[in-house]
Amino acid sequence: MSIVVSNVTKRFGSFVALDDVSLEIPAGRLTALLGPSGGGKSTLLRVIAGLETADSGTVNIEGTEATNLPPQKRNVGFVFQHYAAFKHMTVARNIAFGLEIRKRPRAEIDARVDELLKLVHLSQFADRLPSQLSGGQRQRMALARALAVEPSVLLLDEPFGALDAQVRKELRQWLRRLHDEVHVTTVFVTHDQEEALEVADDIVVINGGRVEQAGTPDEIYDAPASEFVMRFLGPTTHFEGHVVRPHDLDVFSIAVRDSVKAEVTEVQRVGHEVRLSAKPDSASDLTTVSLTRAHFRDLEVGEGDTVWLRLAQGASQIATEAAR
Amino acid sequence: MGKAARRLIVVIYLLALVVVPVALVFWNALKDGLGPVIEALTDPVVVHALQLTLIASLVSVVLNAVFGVGVSVLLVRYEFPGKRALNALIDLPLSVSPVVVGLSLVIVYNVRDGWFGAPLASLGIQVLFSLPGIILATTFISMPLVVREVVPVLQEQGTDQEQAARSLGAGGWTTFRRVTLPGIRWGVIYGVVLCFARSIGEFGAVKIVSGNLTGKTQTATLAVEQLYQNFNQAQAFTIAAVLAGAAIIIISVVAALRVRVERRGA
Amino acid sequence: MTAALSDSKGAAPEGGRVLRTNPRSTLTRGAGLGLGVIVLWFSVLVLLPLAAVVAVAVNGGWEGFLTTLTNPQTAAAIELTVLTSLAVAVLNVAMGTLIAWVLVRERFRGSRLLEVIIDVPFALPTIVAGLVLLALYGPSSPIGVNVANTRTAVFLAFAFVTLPFVVRSVQPVLEQLDREAEQAAHSLGASAGVTFRRIVLPALIPAIAAGAALSFARGVSEYGSLVLLSGNLALRTEVTSVRMLTYVENGNLAAASVVATVLLFVALVVLVAIDLLQRWLVRRG
Repeated sequence: MSIVVSNVTKRFGSFVALDDVSLEIPAGRLTALLGPSGGGKSTLLRVIAGLETADSGTVNIEGTEATNLPPQKRNVGFVFQHYAAFKHMTVARNIAFGLEIRKRPRAEIDARVDELLKLVHLSQFADRLPSQLSGGQRQRMALARALAVEPSVLLLDEPFGALDAQVRKELRQWLRRLHDEVHVTTVFVTHDQEEALEVADDIVVINGGRVEQAGTPDEIYDAPASEFVMRFLGPTTHFEGHVVRPHDLDVFSIAVRDSVKAEVTEVQRVGHEVRLSAKPDSASDLTTVSLTRAHFRDLEVGEGDTVWLRLAQGASQIATEAAR
Repeated sequence: MGKAARRLIVVIYLLALVVVPVALVFWNALKDGLGPVIEALTDPVVVHALQLTLIASLVSVVLNAVFGVGVSVLLVRYEFPGKRALNALIDLPLSVSPVVVGLSLVIVYNVRDGWFGAPLASLGIQVLFSLPGIILATTFISMPLVVREVVPVLQEQGTDQEQAARSLGAGGWTTFRRVTLPGIRWGVIYGVVLCFARSIGEFGAVKIVSGNLTGKTQTATLAVEQLYQNFNQAQAFTIAAVLAGAAIIIISVVAALRVRVERRGA
Repeated sequence: MTAALSDSKGAAPEGGRVLRTNPRSTLTRGAGLGLGVIVLWFSVLVLLPLAAVVAVAVNGGWEGFLTTLTNPQTAAAIELTVLTSLAVAVLNVAMGTLIAWVLVRERFRGSRLLEVIIDVPFALPTIVAGLVLLALYGPSSPIGVNVANTRTAVFLAFAFVTLPFVVRSVQPVLEQLDREAEQAAHSLGASAGVTFRRIVLPALIPAIAAGAALSFARGVSEYGSLVLLSGNLALRTEVTSVRMLTYVENGNLAAASVVATVLLFVALVVLVAIDLLQRWLVRRG
């Protein structure tokens, strides 16, 4: 294990940001801390980095007890949402900073900076100031700067949060490829489940200062441990006292075994899929079903018609709080 | 250097340079009881000096408030050739020696060969050695203060509200009166208050321009100098304490208001 | 301090270049009229009188300048004023930055009070400032320190009246500084000292310089606080303003104007420097 967090609690005044959190981050992999805003994931990241001190608990990085070490001594690279660029230094000097204060020889510094500029595709911007770069370029510079001192762990705090949707998508792919090349243990914080599912090797879902679930993207998505995780990771709907995924519901125009009768109340065509709202006879809530346009055409049903719904084999379902 | 050491150095420096000396003035003024204080404050010379200072300062403040708001709006909301020059020149009165100010006014307004002084004299208007001269001097030196306070507030406020007013049909003057002005009122208030403090405190320029005629054109600050030099230290300290007290109250009130306004707007 | 006016249409978009789209003039008729009135008012009140001073000085020709400036008393006064103002500016750079740092980064109970204390020298009438310093550091000093009529008194008076300039210039910049850049430096291994020296200080230098320039300009023009404190002893503790006043009282407006012109030139240089500094600041974001 690369990072071991044990029973960390952190309060800001009366607000509990982290509540007895324990987790282990595997070495050499790309881990996402996923959760809603204000849920504690940034705080956890900063506690690992040493930018915040935990009220209680311990942090262990690569076998070293780091809880009381200042950030300078932890050998972690940190990348901020708003880049935190050294505004008065060129891109090259920014990247060189960590090496310069470690008093490495000039030749070594120059070589490493060149290598990193190539890695992040910013070679032609070496002598520009950060203010002359776009947001995406600044973030790549920030990454290169953090990597320059060969940290044992790379931490990114909502690294793409300040960027346009298109740039965000490009950069997350780029981050994945970078990780595949460099293999540093990487932890990044995000509130975007699509980002986490697409990029990470492991996901830790954090909400209200607690770890809800930790696992691979498939585990989290297909076997959510709680209603919160299920809701957060994708669309959900109610069916037979459970929370299920709309696309896991099969729709039939005739009664089949184990199916539930329902009346179609609304049909919505959204892009490539069709969303059916149906009211099962046995329930008072509406259930939403997603199906492909082709499937919907085959069904030949419309508003007011009767259909039969059945949850697909092996689909994940979680009993709702109310049902329990 | 540790945190505590830094704090200590700062506190000691400010105590030695500002706090203790100022406190001492109040002490010196009050150490013989209130009797000498009241005697000083009811002395006709002193009363006249304080009145003169007050009148001149109030007139300056009004003039500078109007000018200050006008210049601020022009500098922030419009573009025109020479704008940067105007912006830089506005600060000129703050960087100029008060003696230079007095000198310049003497040159221009003296009755013998002043560019304005001579023609004004023929109209029977005397500027130097009388109230108008004093007003000119205090207006000159406190001129930039309203602008400096209003400009940042105006910049911060942005044009959205004004544009909204325009789109609803309000004309330029109405927009200014009912949208812009209320929005910048705290900047104007701070500027006016600082302007007032600076005006009552003006010394060098007024000394030259007024002729320092006791009981006629002697302001409070000039009175302090004369009283001290005549070894009338008790009275000098009393007026000094009054002026210092006024200045301190003014900046304290401004500081307190500022905190409250910021807190409310946050 | 001159407000740093960013070009109203030139705000730099995130990462983009600064666009210059200022039209030459956006004045409406009413605004144009207002501008005219204001420029007229400003000229009559400020510019014309100052121009008159320069005119009188120039009228005496080069000989006039040389005669006045080489007068031993005048030369001594100018030298004393400039050197002391420079020394005080240096002191203020150190103390002013320190005070601003403590106020912004190390808030403690009573730091609100410090804010008021720092503004006192700016709001106090200068003659009162002189009296204030005289009370503690003059002949009737309760602690026995008497620097009246010495050069130390000049230094002291300058230090008092220029106290707020560097502090108030640095404070807003310090408040707006990107704290995350400092945290980034820490995460890269920089100690607090290195971080201050290489990350914070470079960002503060324009503000410090502007404050120092204002401090210098104020010192050079100071008058009221010295009248009672320094004794105005010729060739020893007499500053430029006092020398000028003597010329005026003796009716020698020409000589006074020469000295005044020199001071005006200094003030103008300082203002231009500050304006350039702030424009550079705005451009660099």
